[in-house]
Amino acid sequence: MFGQPTSPRIRAALAGTLSAGLIFGLAACGDGGDDESGSTDASASAIDCAPYTKFGDIKGKTVTIYTGIVTPEDTPHIESYKPFENCTGATIKYEGDKSFETQILVRARAGNPPDLAIVPQPGLVKQLVSTGKAVAAPQEVSDNVDKFWDKAWKSYTTIDGKFYGAPLGASVKSLVWYSPQEFKDGGYTVPTTLDELKALSDKIAASGKKPWCAGIASGDATGWPVTDWMEDFMLRTAGPEKYDDWVSHKIPFNGPEATAALDAVGGYLKNDAYVNGGLGDVKSIATTTFQDAGLQIIDGNCSLHRQASFYAANFDKSTKVAEDGDVFAFYLPGPDANTKPVLGAGEFVVAFADRPEVKAFQTYLSSDVWANTKAKLSSGWVSANKGLDPNNLTNPIDKLAGTILLDPKATFRFDGSDQMPAAVGSDAFWKQSTAWITGQDTATTLNNIEKAWPK
Amino acid sequence: MSTVTPVTSTPPLVADKPSAAKTAKKRLSSPWASLAAIVLGVLWTIPTFGLLVSSFRPERAIKTTGWWTFFTNPTVTLDNYRSVFGEDGGVNLAAFFVNSLIICIPSVLIPLALAALAAYAFAWIEFPGKNILFLAVFALQIVPLQVTLIPLLEIFVNVKLTGTFWTLWLSHSAFALPLAIYLLHNFMREIPAGLIEAARIDGAGHVSIFFKVMLPLLTPALAAFGIFQFLWVWNDLLVALVFAGGGDEVAPITLQLANLSGTRGTAWQLLSAGAFVSIIVPVTVFLLLQRYFVRGLLAGSVKG
Repeated sequence: MFGQPTSPRIRAALAGTLSAGLIFGLAACGDGGDDESGSTDASASAIDCAPYTKFGDIKGKTVTIYTGIVTPEDTPHIESYKPFENCTGATIKYEGDKSFETQILVRARAGNPPDLAIVPQPGLVKQLVSTGKAVAAPQEVSDNVDKFWDKAWKSYTTIDGKFYGAPLGASVKSLVWYSPQEFKDGGYTVPTTLDELKALSDKIAASGKKPWCAGIASGDATGWPVTDWMEDFMLRTAGPEKYDDWVSHKIPFNGPEATAALDAVGGYLKNDAYVNGGLGDVKSIATTTFQDAGLQIIDGNCSLHRQASFYAANFDKSTKVAEDGDVFAFYLPGPDANTKPVLGAGEFVVAFADRPEVKAFQTYLSSDVWANTKAKLSSGWVSANKGLDPNNLTNPIDKLAGTILLDPKATFRFDGSDQMPAAVGSDAFWKQSTAWITGQDTATTLNNIEKAWPK
Repeated sequence: MSTVTPVTSTPPLVADKPSAAKTAKKRLSSPWASLAAIVLGVLWTIPTFGLLVSSFRPERAIKTTGWWTFFTNPTVTLDNYRSVFGEDGGVNLAAFFVNSLIICIPSVLIPLALAALAAYAFAWIEFPGKNILFLAVFALQIVPLQVTLIPLLEIFVNVKLTGTFWTLWLSHSAFALPLAIYLLHNFMREIPAGLIEAARIDGAGHVSIFFKVMLPLLTPALAAFGIFQFLWVWNDLLVALVFAGGGDEVAPITLQLANLSGTRGTAWQLLSAGAFVSIIVPVTVFLLLQRYFVRGLLAGSVKG
């Protein structure tokens, strides 16, 4: 250092460090080459380029897109942009980051936002708009959304009369995972009403097995799976209109509707005869991670697990997720066979720039062309885009989710806790739910959440 | 019985009162102390050991049982390591080693060079306001770096540095300087003034004193702070997360490690393998330079 003779140890350390770096660096270069040669033909499907010509010549321009979607779901995203890049000659720069939800706010406030962001919560869209850096979606995107999405979707990102973000993907949360083989052996049938679900649970419990398994641990977000349970039951016991009022706080959080819904959840989650298959008693729900709970189905310790469509990614590769496989899901039934409330979530594309290439890319992402391109490429992904052909969805669980979303009888509602103020939706609601699982009664739980609602 | 006493008596030989250091040495090398050290060492190593065992277990086993069940049901697989090197199209950690090194090396050298010069000035050059300035530098250690994140990012945006390595080099250097200056200053003060005076009489100016007298003596302190800073920068996630915004070109390995478990944390079985891959470099550096690490850490702090 500084021209002084370095000791052999320092030299050895430097050599070791540098050579380790070099070896991995070379390995990286090798892999990079392979990737490029392999990926070009994966999305060779050509698209109609006409909708993008009106944005002028955007060849050589770059659009940056920042998301919380990381490996392995990012590859299909990047691949699905290829047809657009081939059409226009623009480059899309994808940046995935698991800390997206905090970092996007930091970047927006510091004046360093990306061109586009894929935002998973309407509440966060509102926060981004309030930084003053987000720009409203162009007319072309707005037209696409009117054409391809249910009205409810557009309202989630319409703030003060301005429409900010087109929906992108969606996930269905009203699903119950089960083992098709066990249902066949036990002579069980997939329930079509809530009463049948209860009867099925009793039947399995009578056979000496705990029917349900659940887990709500999720780091500092522990408790969120209970909020989904409660929202699902709120939709079923009180109906979608009351649900909307409850989410927007037109009716109190601790009203009779909410009490009935949480008690209905308690009929499952706090019922010692029903839980917690393979994991312990009711309290073990709080200490089991949501990722691990449903795996008990594979081991035959539990029969039913309520979790969203994305849970499919949790099973290892040797597990077949299909109607005739090791594990599959059915729609968490409504109060009767004809009422089909669906709880779900989704992502929205918010722009921070209105350059022509950004507008063109936003238009592409909101089109049915993109939805179908993406569907062919990915597994574990579905969209509520009405232009999406469910036959393009490759794996069975996506097909099921797609069918549920696009069912004309379905009433879709967005995850309520994602729309509530952060003090409730990502704080009190989670914490009180966890306390509820570990023994706190329903009234205290709901009163505490009501108290946390910002005045 | 004879009770003859010698005429001249020498005082009985009493051992010198043992010095504090000797007592400490004796107490620390007693069997009980060794036992305590071993117990502590084992306790401290168990979590890391469990992580290592986990990294070789199959996905289902990691997700459903604890690592200790490995001993009753040993199944070993390299699948996790294959996955973190991107064999099934996921993250390839190897690609980010180079980024991490590019970030780390200047982030160590810049503050070392600046701090050595600043410390020399604070220690051996008289100038007005020296004590106030030194106090200010010392006090800067108290400022948590989190409060600087957004203002600093705003500055980087204004001078159009975002998306380059410069943001990381500059911010890591800035965060390191107060402690570096303080440590090196204290170390330099320990050097006898006579040495400096002798050099001055021989006609050496500040530049020659710094390069010919100070630097050779400073090596252990520089090496120690270098390792310290290297480990901190290599393991840093927060600063990289905020300032490296701009995609994979500037992302260090820690960012990819954080993303390894997948969008919804469903692939968390890869984390143990990923962690072991990413610690190769810091462990190599630490093992080879640990002699300086301990010696240099004591420098300037608890002498005397």
